Amino acid sequence: MTARLMQGNEAVGWGALAAGCRFYAGYPITPSTEIAEMLSRELPKLGGKFIQMEDEIASLAACIGASVGGLKALTATSGPGFSLMQEHIGYAAMVEVPCVIVDVQRLGPSTGQPTSPSQGDVMQARWGAHGDHPIIALSPTSVRQAFDLTVQAFNFSEQYRTPVILLLDEVIAHMREKVELPAPDAVRVVDREITRVPSEWYLPYGDALSDVPPMASFGMGYRYHVTGLFHDPAGYPTQRLDEIGPWIERVFRKIERNLADIVLVEEDGTDAANTIVVAYGATARSAQHAVKLARGQRAKVGLVTLLTIWPFAEEVIERVAHMARRIVVPEMNLGQLALEVERIAGRRKVVRVNRANGEMVTPMMILEAIEGK
Amino acid sequence: MSQDEHSAYNYLRHTKKFPNVWCSGCGIGIVMSALIRAVDRIGLAKDDVAVVSGIGCTGRMPVYLDFNTMHTTHGRALAFATGLKFARPGLTVIVIMGDGDALAIGGNHFIHAARRNIGLTAIVVDNSIYGMTGGQHSPTTPLGSRATTAPYGNIEPPFPVCELAAAAGATFVARSTVYHAVELDRYIEQAIRKNGFSLVEAVSYCHTTFGRLNKLGPAVDMMRRLKENSVTKSAAEKLSPEQRAGVIVRGVFCDEDRPEYTALYDEVIQRAQEGAGAAVRTTGGLG
Ligand SMILES: Cc1ncc(C[n+]2csc(CCOP(=O)(O)OP(=O)(O)O)c2C)c(N)n1
Ligand code: SF4
Ligand SMILES: [Mg+2]
Repeated sequence: MTARLMQGNEAVGWGALAAGCRFYAGYPITPSTEIAEMLSRELPKLGGKFIQMEDEIASLAACIGASVGGLKALTATSGPGFSLMQEHIGYAAMVEVPCVIVDVQRLGPSTGQPTSPSQGDVMQARWGAHGDHPIIALSPTSVRQAFDLTVQAFNFSEQYRTPVILLLDEVIAHMREKVELPAPDAVRVVDREITRVPSEWYLPYGDALSDVPPMASFGMGYRYHVTGLFHDPAGYPTQRLDEIGPWIERVFRKIERNLADIVLVEEDGTDAANTIVVAYGATARSAQHAVKLARGQRAKVGLVTLLTIWPFAEEVIERVAHMARRIVVPEMNLGQLALEVERIAGRRKVVRVNRANGEMVTPMMILEAIEGK
Repeated sequence: MSQDEHSAYNYLRHTKKFPNVWCSGCGIGIVMSALIRAVDRIGLAKDDVAVVSGIGCTGRMPVYLDFNTMHTTHGRALAFATGLKFARPGLTVIVIMGDGDALAIGGNHFIHAARRNIGLTAIVVDNSIYGMTGGQHSPTTPLGSRATTAPYGNIEPPFPVCELAAAAGATFVARSTVYHAVELDRYIEQAIRKNGFSLVEAVSYCHTTFGRLNKLGPAVDMMRRLKENSVTKSAAEKLSPEQRAGVIVRGVFCDEDRPEYTALYDEVIQRAQEGAGAAVRTTGGLG
C-alpha cells in the first residue's frame, strides 16, 4: 500500500478490518466517533455488519451477541460510554467471548472535556468491571501503531477468548500521520479455535491444554448454554466450590501462562542506564524526545515504552528497576500506572510526572525529572 | 403420555438442571411449555433456535431448553439478541424477559428493538413484581398494590406493555395469560412466524412475593383470578371504561408487515458493494 495521511481513529478502523472484524456496534461519542463513521461505510462493502445502538451498554451487548454468533466484533467509545460498558466487559470475561473495546480517552470524570487528551482510564480498564477477572489492555503510541495494536487486540481476543481493551489517547486518535499500511496478506491474523468434536461431546468451558477451550458459534449445531453465573464445563450454572475455583484459576492462568506473548514492550537503552523512563501512549512520544535531549547531555537514560498496559509488565520493570537509580513515569493523569511501577520498583526512587489538565506532558517536563530538578 | 408432554421432552435438557429453580406453582414454567409447543408446531430445528434471556426468575428459563441459549445481564437481553440476530439472521431468536427486566432497566432496549423492527420474538413474563429479588414494585405493578418497596401502596402507574410495544413499532403484539395456555401457544407461534419484532405479554403471577404481600392467596387462587379477571379483546370492547379498569384484555393488538431490519441491511450491503453512499464525509464532532 502507498503511504497516506491518516488519523489514529481511521487506523483503528483499518486495523479492525484487516484483523477480520465484521461487526461493529456503537454509540457516537467524541473523540471516538470517526471509528464508527468509517466502519459504517467500510463494513458493508465487505459484507460486514454495522449498527448504531441506543447506548453503550447495548453496544457491547450486541458485540458479544454477534461474537457468540461467530463474527469478530468491535465497539469504540470514550470515558462516559466506557463507564457504561463495564458490566458487559465483566460479562465477556465471564463467558469468555472475544470482543474488542476501543476507549479513546478524554479528559476528566463525567463529561469532562471531550476533545482534550488524557490517560485517565488506565485503572478503570483494569478494575472497572466488578469482581476478579483477567483483562488485556493495549495502548498505541502512534497512528501506525494504532493499526498494529488493533490487529493485535483482535488476535489476543480470539486466541485467549477474552475481551481486549485498546486505550487510545485523544491526541493519537485525532492526529494525522503519514502511514504506510501493510498489505492485507502481510497482516498476521489469529482466529478463534473452533471445536472439532461431535456436538454431544462438546464442553464450551471444558479442559483444554491451552486453558482456552475451543468455541462453537450459535447455529453451528452445538447447542450449549452461555451464562454470566459461574458455570461448570458444560456452561450450566454452578455453586459448587470445586467448579468455581478451577474456573477462576483457569481464566487467570490462560493469561498468566502467556505473558511472554501478551506483554508487548519496547526497550531503548535500558541495559546501561541509571535512569529509566517508563511511558505509554502519546506520552511515550514526549518521553522519546526527552530521552534524546538527555542523552545529548550524556545522561545514561533508558526508555521503556509499554504497549501492553494490562497485564502489567512486571518482569520488565523489575529487571530495569534493579539496575536503575531513578525511574521516571510521565502520565496524562494524576499518577495511575506509576502506582504499578512503585509496587514493583521496591526502594528505587520513582518520580512521577503528571499533567491532567488536557495538555500533553512535554519533553521538558520529563527532561527535568530525568535530571532530578 | 399425551402428545404435547412427549414433544416437550425433546426440547428439555435432561443432563443436569432439573428440578428447576422456580417455586412450585409458579407460572413461568407454563410459559416455557407454551414456547416449546409453539416451536414444535412450527417444526423448527433445535439447532436453528436461540433463546436469550435477562436476569430474574424468568431469566432462568433458557438453561432448561435444549436450544442455543444465552442468559445475559439484567435488562439487556434484547441488545445481546440484536447482535446475535444481526450476525446470524438465519437463527430464530426468542428473547425471554421479566417485567422489570424488559421494562425498567431494559425499557430503552425494548422500545428501540421494536422501533428497528429487528426479527426477534420477545416474550415478557409479566408477574407485575420483581420476583427474584423478593417483591419490589416493577413498572407493571398495579396502582395501590403493595410491594416490599411500596409498603404503603404503589403510587406509580403501570406501563401498558402491549400498547407500548405497538407504539414503538413492533409488528406483532399479543397478550394472554398463563391460565390460557392454549391461547398463549398460539400467540407465541404467531409471534415466531412474524418476520419482524414481535412481542407476547404472558401475564403471570408471583404468589411467593406479590401474592403474599397483597393477601391474594396461594398459586391456585392467583391462577383463578387470571381466569376471572381477563376478557378477550372483543368482549372488552363491550365494557364501559369503568368496567374495563383493572381487567386483563387478551388478544392480538397489532399484526402488520413492515421491512425487517436485517433484510433492510442486506440492501445496505448491496448498495455499499455497488459503490453508492461512499461520498458521505466523516465529521467527528465535539460531543
Ligand atoms: C444491573 C442489575 N441490577 C439489579 C439486579 C438485581 N435483580 C435481579 S433480578 C431483578 C428483578 C427481576 O424482576 P423481573 O425482571 O420482573 O423478573 P422476575 O424475577 O419477576 O421474573 C433485579 C432487580 C441485577 N441482577 N443487575
Ligand atoms: S419468586 Fe415468584 S416469580 Fe419467582 S419463581 Fe417464585 S413464584 Fe415464580
Ligand atoms: Mg417480574
